[in-house]
Amino acid sequence: MSLVELRNVSKIYRLGDEEIRALDDITLDIEAGEFISIIGPSGSGKSTLMHILGCLDSPTKGTIKLDEVMIQDASTRELAAIRNRKIGFVFQFFNLLPKLSVMQNVELPMIYSGIPGRERRERSMAALEAVGMANRAKHRPSQLSGGQQQRAAIARALVHTPRIVFADEPTGNLDSHTGEAILQLFRKLSQEGRTIVLVTHDPEIAAVTPRRIEIRDGKIAVKLDLALAGLDRRPAVAAPAPLTP
Amino acid sequence: MNGRLVIGSGGTLPLPEIEISSFQLWITVQTGLREIWAHKFRSLLTMLGIILGVSSLVAMSALVAGMEKGAKEALIAIGGLEKVRVEAQDLPVEQRYLSDQAVGITMNDVMALKQSAPLVTRISPEMRLPAVFSANGKRFRPWNSVGVWPVAVEMNEHVVQYGRMFNQLDDEMARSVCVIGTDTRDELWGSPEKTGQEIIPVGQTVFINGLPFTIIGMFQHYESESDRKARELAKAQAASKKNGAVARNRGWGGRGRGGGAFAFKNRTVYLPLNTVWMKFRSGATYAALTAGGSTAPAGATGDPRLSGLELKISSVDLLPEALQQIRNVLMSTHKGIEDFTFRTQEDWAEQIKTFVHNARLSGGLIAGISLLVGGIGIMNIMLASISERVREIGIRKSVGAATSDIFVQIIVESVVIAILGGLAGLLTSFGLIQMISSFSPTDNAPIVTVTALGIAFGFSVIIGVLAGIFPAIKAAKLNPIQALRYE
Repeated sequence: MSLVELRNVSKIYRLGDEEIRALDDITLDIEAGEFISIIGPSGSGKSTLMHILGCLDSPTKGTIKLDEVMIQDASTRELAAIRNRKIGFVFQFFNLLPKLSVMQNVELPMIYSGIPGRERRERSMAALEAVGMANRAKHRPSQLSGGQQQRAAIARALVHTPRIVFADEPTGNLDSHTGEAILQLFRKLSQEGRTIVLVTHDPEIAAVTPRRIEIRDGKIAVKLDLALAGLDRRPAVAAPAPLTP
Repeated sequence: MNGRLVIGSGGTLPLPEIEISSFQLWITVQTGLREIWAHKFRSLLTMLGIILGVSSLVAMSALVAGMEKGAKEALIAIGGLEKVRVEAQDLPVEQRYLSDQAVGITMNDVMALKQSAPLVTRISPEMRLPAVFSANGKRFRPWNSVGVWPVAVEMNEHVVQYGRMFNQLDDEMARSVCVIGTDTRDELWGSPEKTGQEIIPVGQTVFINGLPFTIIGMFQHYESESDRKARELAKAQAASKKNGAVARNRGWGGRGRGGGAFAFKNRTVYLPLNTVWMKFRSGATYAALTAGGSTAPAGATGDPRLSGLELKISSVDLLPEALQQIRNVLMSTHKGIEDFTFRTQEDWAEQIKTFVHNARLSGGLIAGISLLVGGIGIMNIMLASISERVREIGIRKSVGAATSDIFVQIIVESVVIAILGGLAGLLTSFGLIQMISSFSPTDNAPIVTVTALGIAFGFSVIIGVLAGIFPAIKAAKLNPIQALRYE
């Protein structure tokens, strides 16, 4: 039984008379413990797919089963609860709350599930330790470097031990060195058995994951574009160091 | 909602749902406070509307309560609502030709009322004596020197502080005694403020229209609560300053109706009714002067003519019935000639009520508008705040905040601003009251009631909730995907 089962999922927007198929009849399974990347150029629909997988949005058609629960018809309240307990997000712009300390940011998901103070502190400290940020717990996000902020954001995504973590261009706002370190962290987390979905337009980043899915014009590309999937060893862009697993 | 008790107790307890939610409320309140603290100046400006609204509401009700109390004090001082005065009056037009038959109010009426008007519990006849008092080399005309029965003391709520009231025996024997108010003492011997000591002229002789009388008693000094305080303050100031700048002698000449009632009582001198009748034939003289045209005195030994009657009835509720009863009796003794009229305190009581009502209404309206403006200010700032925080709301939703969580968060922030503003307003109100009473000192000290404080505070909370609803709905409805993309 797969962790995520998408069956014939479509997302259709209407702009006046025009019908825009952001996702068109997508069927996809993600197994527990998988490290997978979703790639595609901007406008391909990969973000829409991530939003639907991440319960931020509902599909127009089709069914989604997440952790044995059908969620395509869930109410916004139920979706909020599922996001809270089962899903972690890591964003390109970190999305930490600037007025809260790193620790308080990491505690945030647990506040919405009503976990009492002491347990919140213990668990957020453990999550910060796991990403090597325990010594920065009292800092404000603005006092941290980009890489440190992203680590804090990863700690927040992990603190609730979600069934699946979505990372949307997690290295997009970092220099290549820091970005690599973040990818290493994801790889480590994957080895620890977490299910991680990387969403990116960058084939080099996609190359770190064993499985890649390419989205093009709202559909899963039948034939994988080798260059885009990072399988073509001849670099399309100037001299990237190949990532060794 | 006993959930708040659980906050500090840690995570080992299995918390039921209700406790979790109130515990989340506490975190939400903290978030709200942090948000307010992050924008201190902006929040203060926002609260200002609520502060002004709450403080003006409290100050207004305190001032009105003070005035109401002062007016009621004065009403009680003159004998309360149960008192009815019967006075002589010109005949109605259709009875003018009978004017030489009109006998006026006489002792006969007193006896008749005693016999036939059971709703009247107390009767006090009055025989006014326009008199010049002289003693100690000075002369003085009290406003109200009257011949009365001893019962007049109870009737008019007088208190004999020194000496005694004359009794029935003094009246029967027509003794030359009198009981004075403090004003007569002040005019003839000097007030305590001027002489520096309280002179008690009991036992002294005073000449009334040339005849020697012995002062056997003196009433206490009557004044309103606030006058007493003002006088004590002036006294304290005079004691501390050598240069006795006690020009503010508000104790004696209080303004307004309330002050008038007390001043009138202080200017009262009581003489035994019989003494006035025997020594001055006052009733005859007075009646001849006032009844206009009726030159014949009512007879030296016959029926003494009175200047008025004061009656106390058993209960205010029975006032109309009692008046009818009194009227019936008097119509019979006056042979149908209506040469008398009634005066009750009802008009006054009614006026107090109307005044208080109007003052409350207008003051409440102003305070209400100011609270409303405060509420609009809060709503405005909450709208500005959420448009600044669209991204924050998106983040909160992405980590699992439900629509209701966001709604509650915004409402709580709005209410926290309103509550802080309300509390500050309660504190400010005391200063405002001080300021108003120093600008326009009245006879009546403002009274701050707990009810007024509670109502004002309650209003500020309600305003906070109402002002928060629209911004909260707006924030809660934000789409998390768009909110996360918002720059």
